[in-house]
Amino acid sequence: MKLLIKGGRVIDPESRLDKVADLLIENGKIKDIIKPDTRNPIPETRIIDGKGKIVTPGLIDMHVHLREPGREDEETIKSGTRAAAKGGFTTICCMPNTSPCMDNHVVVEFVKSRVEKEGVINVIPIGGISKGLDGKELAEIGELVKAGVRAISDDGNPLMDAGMMRRALEYVKGFGIPLISHCEDINLSKDGVMNEGYMSTVLGMRGIPSASEEVMVAREIILAQLTQSQVHIAHVSTKGSVALIRDAKKKGIPITCETCPHYFVLTDEACKDFNTNTKVNPPLRTSEDVQAIKEGLKDGTIDVISTDHAPHADFEKELEYDKAPFGIVGLETALPLIFTELVGKSVLSLSDALSKVTINPALILGIKKGRIKKGFPADITIIDPDLEEVVDVNRFLSKSRNSPFDGWKVKGIPVMTIVKGRIVMEDGKVL
Amino acid sequence: MNEVVDVRLKVFGRKDLLGLQDLHPDEIRLILDTARSFREISERPIKKVPTLRGKTLVNLFYEPSTRTRTSFEIAAKRLSADIININVPQSSIVKGEGLKDTVKTIEAMEASIVVIRHGQAGVPHILAHMVKSSIINAGDGAHEHPTQGLIDMFTILEKKGSLEGLRIVIVGDILHSRVARSNIFGLTKMGAKVCVCGPPTLIPPKVEQLKVEVYYKLEEAIKDADVIMLLRMQLERQCPNLFPTLLEYTKLYGLNKERLRVASQDVLVMHPGPINRGIEITPDVADSHYSVICDQVRNGIAVRMTVLYLLSGNRGRL
Repeated sequence: MKLLIKGGRVIDPESRLDKVADLLIENGKIKDIIKPDTRNPIPETRIIDGKGKIVTPGLIDMHVHLREPGREDEETIKSGTRAAAKGGFTTICCMPNTSPCMDNHVVVEFVKSRVEKEGVINVIPIGGISKGLDGKELAEIGELVKAGVRAISDDGNPLMDAGMMRRALEYVKGFGIPLISHCEDINLSKDGVMNEGYMSTVLGMRGIPSASEEVMVAREIILAQLTQSQVHIAHVSTKGSVALIRDAKKKGIPITCETCPHYFVLTDEACKDFNTNTKVNPPLRTSEDVQAIKEGLKDGTIDVISTDHAPHADFEKELEYDKAPFGIVGLETALPLIFTELVGKSVLSLSDALSKVTINPALILGIKKGRIKKGFPADITIIDPDLEEVVDVNRFLSKSRNSPFDGWKVKGIPVMTIVKGRIVMEDGKVL
Repeated sequence: MNEVVDVRLKVFGRKDLLGLQDLHPDEIRLILDTARSFREISERPIKKVPTLRGKTLVNLFYEPSTRTRTSFEIAAKRLSADIININVPQSSIVKGEGLKDTVKTIEAMEASIVVIRHGQAGVPHILAHMVKSSIINAGDGAHEHPTQGLIDMFTILEKKGSLEGLRIVIVGDILHSRVARSNIFGLTKMGAKVCVCGPPTLIPPKVEQLKVEVYYKLEEAIKDADVIMLLRMQLERQCPNLFPTLLEYTKLYGLNKERLRVASQDVLVMHPGPINRGIEITPDVADSHYSVICDQVRNGIAVRMTVLYLLSGNRGRL
């Protein structure tokens, strides 16, 4: 099957390509990028009208919780990859905190086999740093890499032992993959449920200080410098973290980082109605932090936008704020939020915004993706920049509904997702 | 934020009383005004009026309480309402059970008014959105305890005639105190100068943004104070290492006769109870003529009658 996407605005952030062109896809690969209408009709080719649309490398989300195995009531590989396809993603990385967790190659093989059977897009597993993700003993990282993981992380369980982190960083260096750190000093965050500050004081809720994130970001920077091993900081949420990482990068320390849409869109003001869909870790911060996150995205301090898609069952989120679990879903709202809040409000150029969800994560993970280039896998997302939608959680393909963006009006909707030359989503419908 | 308020408020237009933070000063004034009439009823030989006859009030307490629950109970009885007390033992609150089932329970009981106390902030607010009954917040975590705030304001008003410009110092564990928050919200709205005092570990972050002054030394805080409000040191709520020992706390922040000298001559000493004698307050101060602690309890009934009355859609003055 051949595809010809005609007359779209083709953007490849890596090569700075940004022009109206036809894109020919053949045998799952990008065959050619050609001037519009310069080629005679090719037989057996499906023509896709790209006029007025943006044609971009397929989106990559480095930070997703698929919940399978273990909590298939919240998400499965099937539902999660379908939600991702609807959101315009062609590749997602799944975090290892499943049950049983991905701290060994057997579970990685299981996940891969499920992806093979039921997944609609590419899934790259992230392995655990430690056995049981409990920060005590190193997982068999070599075996994990052999099974296909492209990064390791104990995400959700902050690795508090600095000595252990140092060893993990040194050891993983031999495999050329990054270690993703969830930065949270649990002695500082303790039983906090929202950002510590004016809002937590007014609402009488226990706070999580910015310091609980920043102390650990500082530690990871120092350890990255010591070990010269690549650290990727997950979900950066504070002004202080951005400043620390900016300085570290200036010094040439091997560090990269990501943030999530909710950290550049929402503040802790959103918690005032006690809506548990605003409960997320790290917590929603202040407008000053949101500003700093935007500046970090602008100047390149923040490399990547991920979703930290964290599905939770209704019955768990319908609890008191204190008792509800942390986490919000993001796969089906991320791209429209990037378009509406970053591109639409001139925080980032279109190409820069797309680089955070295409080439940058691909480079960090060391995968041959995220580019529109001859010979590359034909993972393509087509976006209608003018299409408006109202977010409706009941129409999510994800099994979970825990989004604080329900009812938001957004613009810039993915209308087609192509994975290895195959259309997996068209006009919001996953095939 | 504020609902539309009639300038010459006669009617309390709300379904619920969740906190003082979102009340307009006129609404607070209406409550305090109306409470004076109910204070009179409490002095009559027969203290019962038929206002809430046929209405059901449910006291739904997820945290142990004797005073607040009893006070609401007496208030409701004097208004001729039917009362049901439900004390949910802590042990039966398990994961996945709780909020949703509470909502179902309330709806099934068809109560007119539900007085709820819960260990977690926001629970009354969430319930208020979900049920038709009027919800009165009788304390939600460290968030608000609006009737206590109103009682304290009413008591000060009774003794001082006005709240405007008074120097009111709240001493103790401000961080975990819903009484402190409701008083801060209410008193600052009514023009009082509010100060908080306690060890820095028990002062909530950015509290000065609520237009309060922060003190770490008791002597400085209570200088020329018109009112000193002491909070119960809630041992059961303390996280470790917020302060070393109760003994040290008492030495630094316990109110005694000696320290009281720097305050205003006619200072009022208040305490929402129950008192830890010898910890936040010495017995001689608690029993002195400065103390209005018993007035607070007495006024509690009048203020709660007022709130029940107003939430039932009744007019301002009797």
